[in-house]
Amino acid sequence: MNTVLEVKNLTKFYPEVKAVNGVSFSIEKGICFGLLGPNGAGKTTTIEVIEGIMPPTSGQILYRGKSRGTRFREEVGIQFQNTELPAFLTVKETLETFRNLYGRESDMDELIEICYLQEILNHDNRKISGGQKQRLLLAMALANDPELIFLDEPTTGLDPQSRRHLWDIVRNIKTKGKTVVLTTHYMEEAQILCDIIAIMDYGKIIASGPPEKLLEEQCNGIAVILHENVDENTLNSIQGNWIRMKDGVEIYPENLNDCIRTLMDLEINLSKMTVRPQNLEDLFLKLTGKRLRA
Amino acid sequence: MEFFRDRAAYGWNLLFPFMIIIGFSVMFNEDQQIMYKVGVIIDSSTTQTHDSEDISVSAIEDHQYRNFRKTKYIDFIEFNVFSPALEKLTHHRIDLLINPRSKHYWISRTSPKGYIVERLLKAGVENRKTLYKEKKISGREIPYSEWLFPGILGMNIMFSALYGVGYTVVRYRKNGVLKRFSVTPLKPYEFLAAQIISRLYLLFITTLIVFLGCTLIFGFKCHGSYLSLLALFFLGGFSMVSVGLVVAARSSSEEFANGILNLISWPMMFLSEVWFSLEGAKPWVKTFSAFLPLTHLVDGARRIMNDGATLLEIKYQLLMLAGMSLLFFIAGSVSFKWNSN
Repeated sequence: MNTVLEVKNLTKFYPEVKAVNGVSFSIEKGICFGLLGPNGAGKTTTIEVIEGIMPPTSGQILYRGKSRGTRFREEVGIQFQNTELPAFLTVKETLETFRNLYGRESDMDELIEICYLQEILNHDNRKISGGQKQRLLLAMALANDPELIFLDEPTTGLDPQSRRHLWDIVRNIKTKGKTVVLTTHYMEEAQILCDIIAIMDYGKIIASGPPEKLLEEQCNGIAVILHENVDENTLNSIQGNWIRMKDGVEIYPENLNDCIRTLMDLEINLSKMTVRPQNLEDLFLKLTGKRLRA
Repeated sequence: MEFFRDRAAYGWNLLFPFMIIIGFSVMFNEDQQIMYKVGVIIDSSTTQTHDSEDISVSAIEDHQYRNFRKTKYIDFIEFNVFSPALEKLTHHRIDLLINPRSKHYWISRTSPKGYIVERLLKAGVENRKTLYKEKKISGREIPYSEWLFPGILGMNIMFSALYGVGYTVVRYRKNGVLKRFSVTPLKPYEFLAAQIISRLYLLFITTLIVFLGCTLIFGFKCHGSYLSLLALFFLGGFSMVSVGLVVAARSSSEEFANGILNLISWPMMFLSEVWFSLEGAKPWVKTFSAFLPLTHLVDGARRIMNDGATLLEIKYQLLMLAGMSLLFFIAGSVSFKWNSN
């Protein structure tokens, strides 16, 4: 059986909000599955219910075809979005503590190498940087040589270099045949790391599939960005969709050449125009009518 | 490991008991212990009238005064002028005012200590007709600091157990460390057992250091068995840790936990006979005190250390501590949650 995780009609309701409202997906072994969506979409709640932090209101979660139990706890590694480290312990001691909680353990040296912890092994947890802390949290998630790894927004708050460092680690994990479930609100991260993505909003999955296929099916055009104040009549005369930004407008034309020609005819200033392929953020915008980072 | 690297907490746990013992030994040195203050007018030419209804004046005999002057633990303060002395008497800053030359004394009718000192003054006269005969008793005199020492050890155990376990677990829950543990194969009872065992181990070390230090510095002795004392402290420590677990069972608010721990520890500190005996206290106070684990820990420790009691002789204290430990441990374990949600 290649299906590692199956989620069927998962719901999690609170008195005032339906945080997860009928989510279903299955994850095959060895892939990186991304749960993409803005803050408040229900990604973390979905993941935490699957991890067992909180019970679902309804629905079923199967690990390797069976209900989660001891095997799930032994074989799953988790990195939470916001977690402090045990105070007064060093990086090495923290890793050893968590390794000792499991029946199966990763090779310590390999773990240190994968997560680039060599230089901070003897540092107090309170004295490491944000990027180092995220790498240690990731190492803790790998302490039991897991089959399935949950990473909840692992790069939030990191600088670009630290973020890319972490991406390298996740790619490395994938090469070892591990299955990764990643939640993120960075579309670039999802596009680079994930084999399959599911886009969430208001507790529901609104699209899922390989990123390239989703873009090809729903968002295969070009985006034209104009840092000019263009009036609505002009925009409506261009075939395609558009959205007003704070400092300009983004146009998704059906035909790029016609769009440029129309703008030139109307003597719109094109000196600050940029053109790019549409991305997951555009897809999200198309599906929900709002930007991913809202 | 966290305890030994947290130098502030580590230092506090070790230094605080020493500071208390040193301070109280100095303050309550037997030679300096003053119970009452009596003003003595040495210049009889000053005016000695007053118009306060609270102040009464009576006559005394020479021999009464002479006997009274020999009374220990009374500070006789000399005044040249009557008015300020009377003012102090009115405000209960002195307990009795006496003029040996005019053979008068003044007390405040509203002062309980003044009442006692007056009785001492009047009792200073030999009375051949008295019906009571003096009987001498034998026994070892226990200085206050030595009486206090078991209480300080017990109090130290209480604070270390309550805050070391209760506050720590709440902090772990607040910052997500418990949440991280909850997704490992670690079971709640394993986590709680680890907390209890590690804290008892630390309590043993810190109590031993304080005990040995005070023994060396002040010459305190344990007149009973050290093993009995160890068993009592172990059980007392376990009961305190269990109380801490109840407080920490579900809360993730450090402020709330701190408040609850203060609410528990302060009454225990003052009503468990750590600092003073509750003899003479109201019955409901004594009843309340009997429900506090620190009361039995301190009482048992005093009986062992000061009176040489055996474990059999303190079985009541041991049973109470065991019962409370079981009750609090079960309550804390059953109500424990990894998360506050």
